[in-house]
Amino acid sequence: MSDQERVLKFQIFRYNPQKQGDKPRMVTYEITEAPGMTIFIALNDIREHQDPSLQFDFVCRAGICGSCAMIVNGQPTLACRTLTSNYEDGQIKLLPLPGFELIGDLSVNTGKFMRAMSERVESWIHDAYADEVNFEKLEERMDPDVADEIYELERCVECGCCVSACATKRMRPDFLSAVGFMRLARYALDPRDKRSDEEFYEIIGDDDGVFGCMTLLGCEDYCPKDLPHQTQIAYLRRKMAFIR
Amino acid sequence: MKVIYTDSLVIGGGLAGLRVAIASMQRGFDTIVLSLVPAKRSHSAAAQGGMQASLGACIKGDGDDEEIHFADTVKGSDWGCDQDVARMFVNTSPKAIRQLSAWGVPWSRVRRGDHEVVINGKKVTITEKDEAHGLITARDFGGTKKWRTCYTSDGAGHTMLYAMDNKAIQMGIPVHERKEAIALIHEDGVCYGAIVRDLITGKLIAYVAKATTIATGGYGRLYAISTNAVISEGIGNAIALETGIATLGNMEAVQFHPTAIVPVGILTTEGCRGDGGLLLDKDGYRFMPDYEPDKKELASRDVVSRRMTEHMRKGKGIPSRYGDHLWLDITLLGRKHIEKNLREVKEICEYFLGIDPVEEYIPVRPTQHYSMGGIRTKPTGESPTLKGLFSAGEAACWDMHGFNRLGGNSVAETVVAGMIVGEYVADYCSENSLNVSTSTIQHFMKREEKKITDLLVRDFGENPFKLKAQMQKIMMDKVGIFRNGEDLEQAVEELKVLNQRAKRIALRNRISSSNPELVEAIRVPKMIKLAQCVAYGAMLRTESRGAHAREDYLERNDRDWLKRTLTTWKDDSADLPQVTYEDLDVMKMEMPPGSRGYGVDNTVHHPDTPKREQEIEDIKKANPGADRFELQELLNPIPIPEKFKGKNERIGRGFK
Repeated sequence: MSDQERVLKFQIFRYNPQKQGDKPRMVTYEITEAPGMTIFIALNDIREHQDPSLQFDFVCRAGICGSCAMIVNGQPTLACRTLTSNYEDGQIKLLPLPGFELIGDLSVNTGKFMRAMSERVESWIHDAYADEVNFEKLEERMDPDVADEIYELERCVECGCCVSACATKRMRPDFLSAVGFMRLARYALDPRDKRSDEEFYEIIGDDDGVFGCMTLLGCEDYCPKDLPHQTQIAYLRRKMAFIR
Repeated sequence: MKVIYTDSLVIGGGLAGLRVAIASMQRGFDTIVLSLVPAKRSHSAAAQGGMQASLGACIKGDGDDEEIHFADTVKGSDWGCDQDVARMFVNTSPKAIRQLSAWGVPWSRVRRGDHEVVINGKKVTITEKDEAHGLITARDFGGTKKWRTCYTSDGAGHTMLYAMDNKAIQMGIPVHERKEAIALIHEDGVCYGAIVRDLITGKLIAYVAKATTIATGGYGRLYAISTNAVISEGIGNAIALETGIATLGNMEAVQFHPTAIVPVGILTTEGCRGDGGLLLDKDGYRFMPDYEPDKKELASRDVVSRRMTEHMRKGKGIPSRYGDHLWLDITLLGRKHIEKNLREVKEICEYFLGIDPVEEYIPVRPTQHYSMGGIRTKPTGESPTLKGLFSAGEAACWDMHGFNRLGGNSVAETVVAGMIVGEYVADYCSENSLNVSTSTIQHFMKREEKKITDLLVRDFGENPFKLKAQMQKIMMDKVGIFRNGEDLEQAVEELKVLNQRAKRIALRNRISSSNPELVEAIRVPKMIKLAQCVAYGAMLRTESRGAHAREDYLERNDRDWLKRTLTTWKDDSADLPQVTYEDLDVMKMEMPPGSRGYGVDNTVHHPDTPKREQEIEDIKKANPGADRFELQELLNPIPIPEKFKGKNERIGRGFK
């Protein structure tokens, strides 16, 4: 934390599709940096003191809910845990996350995308007996290592950074993207999910699925949770290549 | 007028709301969930440490059962809870966790053999049994006799919420995102849904339903610094209050968590101390054993927060530009443990503090964390005064927490209440038909439309952001961990003024669609009312109980204050809520009031306490052969939905 006061220059993308005649533009705001200031703090400060119409999304402001992904100086990241002190020249340019429907300014509709993704990969335990489980009895046992491994893949917060960083997604609008592969890999690993590889193939066995990935791995580079996208995509691809 | 009809309307897409929705859907009712944000971003996801359920699989949980969980919960509540509800809760929690396991939560599991753990600052070896291998394990948390908090690393809430939302998606439950309920629709004492604002288009929609469940979480953001998500502003509570019919319970019961980081107030889980972390002062001295020689860092949350504050008042805090703080030391747990079981904590330290908690101490201080108060409900989850209105989770005062909630009992409550209340919501849907008049719906729609229009045309007036900041400062300074009559009276007066000023809010950005300033203008007057309920309730309660600690009334006073605060706001033009009380009946308690075992016991006892103790003794003597289930039935017969009545199996013990 630096004690030196400096003036930060925020260049922020502004456009409200709800407002007739509004045009996309960049607007500059200046604010005085405070020690430990994050982009969350800075944006709220701008909204409260300079422009109350500025739209952005924060929920947990602790880096765990995935609401606030945006492009900060050209890179997708979680704004809430990004300290302004990371930027030496005090210039910070903010753009909404590409690849998602724009709500306004820095706010995008990741929720709609992620729900569709969950429906597409059927992001739930497939077991005809899951609803009939007798919860009075001891739970089904699980190898402690397997439980840990599933959690490793379940740490995804659906922030959308991987989608925005994906070149394949740019070319193929229906490309499932890393968030979807990760979710599927998580269920493929889970012994409670009874789906066969053939059934997974039906979901990801084409060019909008795992075979479309150009392996540029923006997902791996920009995942705020450091999830092993590269390994999982390679693993799924190998697994799927053996089907048919 | 746009109207959407459904059977079961659930406001709030966190764990409790989703679980109620699942229960309604399972019983065949049309169900809609409204959420400010995508459901998976709800504040439930922030619960790090875990969920209490007395599975007793790990060796340090050996011998645990519903009785011990019940006793811990009641003691933790400082006898302020509803013991019927606490009983329903402890009996159902093991079922809830096992159901979630079947639905996909990767709970951390027992690993057979020797493990090195840190207990009381020392490394010790514990040995897990062979036969428990692969069952759900648990960690230690404050105020509990056994290791009972089941977890997934330190992402318990995240994995629970993901499993729950995925289940809801599987069932095709629609979640209408970016929708805010701003008023309840009601007629002749029955609730029929809500007037809802679309946060993107700004359009108002009437969601008309047989049963309406509010599961909007707590009201932590009444305080300037809170561990809560920015959406935890209590609006669900406020719209219930604004009916003038529904009551809020124990609004003054606000929990401060001992270890939020300084200055931003982000939580580091109680699991840090549960796993062996220590609290140190400016001299690097471990002070908690001096205050609480028995439970030390793992005393109940309210106790630890007060001891920390006392210690800082003695000049033992570490000064910083943001005020004093103390240190949380988890370095003794070692890198391997931290990177596996406390990883979120590590990330938070790295990103927000720029430190590595494996090497360095974490600056912490007690910070607003949890709202025990909320919409008063019966054990069924329904408001006792407004029919058809239900509430579950932190938004509710179902009242299993009384005046202090135990760590690990909140996510547990969300899913257990979701299960139980969900069944009663479904019962209500099957027993009632929807017969609300269109003119009633129109009346509420017009009223809300007018409020918004008034805001959009007013040329000069108050700034909602400033009003909010002033309210938050009053709550921080005068309605905090330690409270006193003088401060509270001032807070009540100052909030009254804010309440009046909030009637004259004007906007700079005057558009009706997506507009953060308008959102604030709608919420802030509601939040100020809630703040008034908290401050006024705290001023009137002249005793100390759980998290409500009065410097001018140090004793817990069962004789005069063994009762629940009920708050209503009947007349919208009034500048204070109305407060009444409901007695807690000692003669019906399974566990009559006693000492929590912290500090000096200066309780003023209730005259019924010895009577009830004697009665319980007599019942026990008269039934020498009764097992614990029969005894509970004699002491505290509770209603519980049929499907959750069964006994819970445990390793090495069966269903005993």
